Amino acid sequence: MKMISSNKLTDGRVIFWTGAGWSADMKDGKVLEDDAADAELEAALKDEATEVVGPYLIAVDGHDPAGRERLRETIRLTGPTTGSTKYVHGIKPGTEA
Amino acid sequence: MYQYDEYDATLVRERVEQFRHQVDRRLTGRLTEDQFKPLRLMNGVYLQLHAYMLRVAIPYGVLSGKQMRTLGHIARRYDRNYGHFTTRQNIQYNWPALVDIPDILGQLADVEMHAIQTSGNCIRNVTSDPYAGAAADEIEDPRPWCEIIRQWSTFHPEFSFLPRKFKIAVTGAAEDRAAIRAHDIGLKVVKNDAGETGFAVFPGGGQGRTPRIAPLIREFLPVQELLAYLTAILRVYNLHGRRDNMYKARIKILVESLGADEFRRQVEEEYEKIAADGSLALPDEEIERIRGFFPPPPQAESAEPVQFSDDADFALWRKHNVRPHKVAGLKSVVISLKPIGGTPGDATSEQMEAVADLAEQYGFDEVRVTMEQNLILPHVREADLEAVWRALADIGFATPNAYTATDIVACPGLDYCSLANARSIPISQEISTRLDKSGLIEDVGDVTIKISGCINACGHHHIAHIGVLGVDKKGEEFYQITLGGSHSDDADIGSIVGKGLPGEDVPAAIERILRAYLATRSDGERFLDTLRRVGEEPFKEAIYEAA
Repeated sequence: MKMISSNKLTDGRVIFWTGAGWSADMKDGKVLEDDAADAELEAALKDEATEVVGPYLIAVDGHDPAGRERLRETIRLTGPTTGSTKYVHGIKPGTEA
Repeated sequence: MYQYDEYDATLVRERVEQFRHQVDRRLTGRLTEDQFKPLRLMNGVYLQLHAYMLRVAIPYGVLSGKQMRTLGHIARRYDRNYGHFTTRQNIQYNWPALVDIPDILGQLADVEMHAIQTSGNCIRNVTSDPYAGAAADEIEDPRPWCEIIRQWSTFHPEFSFLPRKFKIAVTGAAEDRAAIRAHDIGLKVVKNDAGETGFAVFPGGGQGRTPRIAPLIREFLPVQELLAYLTAILRVYNLHGRRDNMYKARIKILVESLGADEFRRQVEEEYEKIAADGSLALPDEEIERIRGFFPPPPQAESAEPVQFSDDADFALWRKHNVRPHKVAGLKSVVISLKPIGGTPGDATSEQMEAVADLAEQYGFDEVRVTMEQNLILPHVREADLEAVWRALADIGFATPNAYTATDIVACPGLDYCSLANARSIPISQEISTRLDKSGLIEDVGDVTIKISGCINACGHHHIAHIGVLGVDKKGEEFYQITLGGSHSDDADIGSIVGKGLPGEDVPAAIERILRAYLATRSDGERFLDTLRRVGEEPFKEAIYEAA
């Protein structure tokens, strides 16, 4: 199964393709059958003109990252696992405007 | 320090407005991402895992108090109250919005700063000895030469589209604290038999996936010929450097493939042509004009010995974080950005503003950024050391660990970087915490530990006594340990000792390496000396003993 992820053009925050637009919440992301993913990515790529940067397919298990890039995509989803931004501010990076 | 003239100011201001228009065109769809990406990179704007990252140039690591205060303000106003000082003596912001970056660049321009040439295949920010102008072992202050190179290389039309990025480091001291032989060109100020000043020239060093220590190709280059010779090197590289394979495009690959002797021959041939018309010879009056921006260090009001308080914490901090100065009565102070268990190189807005205040009050308005991701107040009166220490302690910047095993260098790694394979920061935090608890720090003394989250080696693991390299194995993080690297006069590339370890095993393995050193060393022997004397086998056994 696949999902389409990208970064928002204006601020770079991580977002997910819902089928009709983009959401910062992975739970809103549209889960795609593998053989339908490329066609959906073509549709999402149209938003690269003014809304997003570099949409690409990620492997998912339900609404969670999966496969070889699971760690990287989990960090994209939930923010740095450590470091100043996380433990001092308690912010969940990627969800703040 | 250098002050912008009208050309510098105009050039930087115009670049801000150019970028503002480019951002506007991107946001309104008049530029595609493919068209915009090289433009944003030329202004230091990357897209990382979670957000944009802005890399701001700090020329040869030198800041005024006002500039440091502005960096703190930008962190508060546009980021998450933090900045991250890097191994290239720059600062990076991890969370700026693209729409805000033109305004950030405008605020930087207000204090004579910018992000130009902090990315792209051009000549990057020149780095140098962080103790420049202060070091007791200095032959000559390298900052005027760094500034001359900065002016020459900024927007240089011939060298704006090189085969790959290009980094120059300059030192003016006997001890190499700028890792000059791990750069595309390293320059060392030297004196010839006649007592004249010149440069020893080392091209073709670098880290990354093919680490190389730069060979010496010129023992003495007269200072007036600096730009002519640099131009000759860049021309040979620009002509023959590989553009067909980005992994083989750095000058180190060219120097190695030609051989140092043939590379030297080609450079000298080109240099002869350039030197013949004299157009790139530096006029003495221009050298003196630039030198005028870097006056000799201030004199202490008194060179009399200072009676320090008997506070043991203050004494320990002086032992590690206070360094000798060329002027009697002055010292250089290392501000450790390595709290035990903290993130190497990070500083909050409040910390940056406090350092700005200290620089203005006690440091003759100068701050330096080091490639070890610390800050330095280069000129502090001995009589002011205790006041500086107390003020640093108040902001969490008085960890007494400069140049010790907990003074760990780490790249942002997979917590931030889109190129990384593995996390660096958590590993550094765990090593730091474990070694601090071990009680070994004072005993092991001079050991460098550096961590990179991928083979690009931004964490300088290749030139660490103990290096840690994060790798990806089928989606899992593993860490290879390297031993024997050095950035200094005994420059060397560390060698990988064996298979990678899971992250949770790395701190204990490093502690075992240090214990093996203590068990093996002879009197007065540094870790590196012991390693070179006995070889890596005892340390390899220590690393894998529990496996």
